[in-house]
Amino acid sequence: MNTLDWIVLLVTMVGIAAYGAWHTRHTDHLDTYLKGSKTTKWGTIGISVMATQASAITFLSIPGQGFESGIGFVQNYFGLPLALIIICAVFLPIYRQLGVYTAYEYLGKRFDAKTRLLAAGLFLLQRGFAAGITIYAPAIILATVLGWRLDVTIISTGLLVIIYTVTGGSEAVNLTQKWQMGIIFAGMVTAFIILISRLPDGLGFSGAAHIAGAMGKLQAVDFSLDPHKRYTLWTGIFGGLFLSLSYFGTDQSQVQRYIGGAAMREGRLGLMFNALLKIPMQFFILLLGALVFVFYQFEPAPVFFNRVEWSQHASGTNSATFHAIDEKFAALHATKQEMIKTWLAARDHHRPDEPAARVAMTNALAQSEAVRVEARAALTAADPRAQTKDSDYVFIGFILEQFPHGAIGLLIAVMIAAALGSKAGELNALGTTTTIDLWRHFRPARRPRRGAQCPRRQMVHRALGLRRHRLCPLRRLFRKLDRSHQYHRFTFLRRGAGNFPCGLLP
Amino acid sequence: MKPPGPNNPDESPGVPGFRTWRGVYFFVFGVFVVVVALLALFSGWFA
Repeated sequence: MNTLDWIVLLVTMVGIAAYGAWHTRHTDHLDTYLKGSKTTKWGTIGISVMATQASAITFLSIPGQGFESGIGFVQNYFGLPLALIIICAVFLPIYRQLGVYTAYEYLGKRFDAKTRLLAAGLFLLQRGFAAGITIYAPAIILATVLGWRLDVTIISTGLLVIIYTVTGGSEAVNLTQKWQMGIIFAGMVTAFIILISRLPDGLGFSGAAHIAGAMGKLQAVDFSLDPHKRYTLWTGIFGGLFLSLSYFGTDQSQVQRYIGGAAMREGRLGLMFNALLKIPMQFFILLLGALVFVFYQFEPAPVFFNRVEWSQHASGTNSATFHAIDEKFAALHATKQEMIKTWLAARDHHRPDEPAARVAMTNALAQSEAVRVEARAALTAADPRAQTKDSDYVFIGFILEQFPHGAIGLLIAVMIAAALGSKAGELNALGTTTTIDLWRHFRPARRPRRGAQCPRRQMVHRALGLRRHRLCPLRRLFRKLDRSHQYHRFTFLRRGAGNFPCGLLP
Repeated sequence: MKPPGPNNPDESPGVPGFRTWRGVYFFVFGVFVVVVALLALFSGWFA
């Protein structure tokens, strides 16, 4: 990164945070602080819901997923539109009629205080951990590739988000997320244009897509009923439906985004906005990864994309092994390139040897992938604690190597904007739940004097608590959790979501 | 406390071209089906 990149990064990030904090500095009314302005429109709510879900990991790891496994991961989102329709028709009217601040207040009104406390407690526990990962996971990657200090990266981004979230509450979160999503969309479109321009002459999007398709990276929909397959149409629809119902319908970080607004119509349209756009957006991000894959078929690619980790071990006692793997991979890469060119020529001229050329090309890819597996095994043998998952480093490595200065700053701003946007939503929800479901329950007598001061203080406490756990000796645990960016959706997220459908029973 | 019932799905959403929320939901569901079909076609075309 040079001076221009730093200017782009700092101006966008600090500018948005300062604008959010300044614009909402007089937010003192509890209702506005927790639910946002009464005049919030559906567009703001829709973008806020999207920004809260899309963390930095979305823009770091999902292109990596597209690079490594293809775009089939998009099926994971197939249940989302169906879930959002159910939430609009059933959940949202209930929350609005009861005038609740948190999703867990509904459980208190429907059942009893114990159920409410349990659900709120589970939310605080799991979301507290997940909120730590929201900044910690991308900070590890950015600190590794950019050479930044990890603690400084975490503290500076954390402080930035605390300042405007605590100052303006939900209103500041909504306002800043709108601008942050603007940066994210601009950055992703810029990335797509630069990526297409970096492909070999004459290849274009269509040629690149045919190569990616022939190598199995563009299988977006799989109708297979095989239960051993992770991403299929059916797992996406059924698994994704319940996953999304749980996250959007009962997770306060999302519920808080859409229960406010001028009228219920605004919340409903905001959710429908997400139901329409989420799948195309995820498809686009995965497609970027698949196109990066094609790019590296024509350019020298590293055998292991976390170059820092690789070079640390390559210069150690096992350097001969690592150099041998490097050389083997480079030789296979050259062979694979020839196979791809042969296949393209056969395909373009409709030659009868096209199927044979395709088989030769996919075999060359398999051999090349086998060397990548060998490289990971060599890393583990050299250091059992070494990070062997490198797909998170593919997209950021491509940006740093191939993008012009200025665009690098913009794309790093995309990652940080995404981290701040989702972090702000989470922090806002943690403060609100602590105030409404815990503080008000255990200190009811002090309620009338508090106003927006109490949630403001709870947000700071929560945030500082998270700072501590990110920097504590549990670092290795989080490093492991980071390796699976979807971990929290499939483990912690299953907290008391089952209570909510029970509440709908007569 | 009895669970509050969902609002009337036939109320006007205030969206041009739609008279009820039910219509909006069917539209969103229809778009979802079309998107999945297009993705399947995309996979087949570039396979």
